[in-house]
Amino acid sequence: MLEIKNLAKTFFPGTVNERKALQGINLTLQDGDFVTVIGSNGAGKSTLLNMIGGRLRPDVGSVSIGGRNVTKIAEHKRARWVGRVFQDPMAGTAPHLSVEENLAVAMGRTRMRNLLPGVSGKDRAFFKEQLASLELGLENRLKAEVGLLSGGQRQALSLLMATMTQPEILLLDEHTAALDPQRAALVSQLTGAIVDRDKLTTLMVTHNMEQALQLGNRLIMMHEGRIILEVDGETKAGMTVKDLLGEFDKLKGGGVSDRTLLQ
Amino acid sequence: MNFMNFGAQLPGATELGLIYAVAALGVYLTFRVLDFPDLTVDGSFTTGAATGAVLISSGTPPVLAIIVAFLAGAVAGSITGLLHTKGKINGLLASILMMIALYSINLHIMDGKANVPLLGIDTIFTPLENAGFMRNSWVGSLILAAWVLLLVVVLVAFLHTRLGLSLRATGDNEQMSGSFRVSTDGQKILGLAISNGLVAVSGALMAQYNGAADITSGIGLIVIGLASVIVGQALFGQRRVWQAVLAAALGAVIYRWVLQIAMAVGLDPADLKLASAVIVVAALLLPRLSFVKNLRANRARTRQEDALADLVDATDESHPAAAMPAGAEIKGQNNA
Repeated sequence: MLEIKNLAKTFFPGTVNERKALQGINLTLQDGDFVTVIGSNGAGKSTLLNMIGGRLRPDVGSVSIGGRNVTKIAEHKRARWVGRVFQDPMAGTAPHLSVEENLAVAMGRTRMRNLLPGVSGKDRAFFKEQLASLELGLENRLKAEVGLLSGGQRQALSLLMATMTQPEILLLDEHTAALDPQRAALVSQLTGAIVDRDKLTTLMVTHNMEQALQLGNRLIMMHEGRIILEVDGETKAGMTVKDLLGEFDKLKGGGVSDRTLLQ
Repeated sequence: MNFMNFGAQLPGATELGLIYAVAALGVYLTFRVLDFPDLTVDGSFTTGAATGAVLISSGTPPVLAIIVAFLAGAVAGSITGLLHTKGKINGLLASILMMIALYSINLHIMDGKANVPLLGIDTIFTPLENAGFMRNSWVGSLILAAWVLLLVVVLVAFLHTRLGLSLRATGDNEQMSGSFRVSTDGQKILGLAISNGLVAVSGALMAQYNGAADITSGIGLIVIGLASVIVGQALFGQRRVWQAVLAAALGAVIYRWVLQIAMAVGLDPADLKLASAVIVVAALLLPRLSFVKNLRANRARTRQEDALADLVDATDESHPAAAMPAGAEIKGQNNA
């Protein structure tokens, strides 16, 4: 379970560049919730993910994962509970390590980093089984350097690495945006399958309306650091891309009148 | 030109190279694995020499003295690591600061003297020397080679442990490592500690080999280390970890041979350091020349063709992803 309370963050406060990235976000994800996050550039989507992942600290507010308040816990320690896939396929894997070594680093999320062999025979069997589920033939390329894989393969591997240890929260930050349509569809389909199989609690940022509707049981729209729309269950299932774009249009009008009111 | 002379001194050069090989392993760890050019080694080599010599001359068994030298070097490396990670000082600057600070510390270790002689004192090499197996001897070279090989095996094994994987991942992709619960700060400090520990051991051995610790012995060690790593890996490759580690150690020996040849053809010993720098510059610039690039591109292409062949064999033809296997990154091979 993920609980976000009154989260706020302002970049460069007190300067001409001051930017209110988040202005009091409240959001609760029950176990197994899969929430897609949409919103225009600068809406605060990535900032929100970085706060949950621990890369950024909020000015006020709190983040709890599974009942633990993790607001002040460093990113690499929080990683025990949080799995992440980044937009850049190069970001989620180590290029000069082999496929199996990358997977072993990912296993380190929940186990001790000691002087035992990095990849044991048991690990190898487990990795093969996991890789086979991607249906990319990677199970036969355990020793291949990851830098030699294509972007789509690397991103599929990143997804596997982020989910393999069953994190309490899975954060996907536009993880299909940098791929060509065919591979984006493949990674998107894998995401749905893995999250569904393992009942992972997931927060996914995307610019792809279709993907936002296709995946997940809840959807939120962000604008200027606030959550301005929440749909779930039946409503979300019945929504079309057109409906969503309609909401964006409303937003433009609403945004102006909001500001007019304040002035 | 005196090749007879060169041949006669080759075993000696080999012995020296093998002692420097220990330092080259340390430099490999920071420069290649962590991607961190660490100048601390110029100071920690002398720290090792000083610690070792002072302890041995006061009656400590040489083996114990070498272990303490390792620890002293490791402490120096850790401090550089702390300055860089926790103090957020640029890595190169942090290591330069530590190098300068070590100069004073080394003088203190040597009780204010610029030189600590080990004449007439039993060192780790004394039994070999008495048997006539040291100093310009192939037997001595062979024994040192066995010791360096042992270190290579241990280092390679370490780099394949869970901890070693974290260290390599930190150098390869820091952001990714952090997202998998690797304390990247901790790994950098650990890597710098081991690296400078090895360099200090090399210094302690060198002091015993030379019969004295000298305050200037570490000057330019980073260049010797880099030359060893770069030359060795250019000659013997670095694709596999064991290959890269072994290449760094062999590079140290080759480098000594090259210097020996240079002196045999009349290089003024005063120009030694200049020659070292020129060798490193050459090793760094050569790979960028167009004919070398073409040569490498050809080799890489063969490798990728092999990889592609593997992939096509391995991929289920019926899967949509099989329709375009890894093609985007293999220019001109899409129709394969």
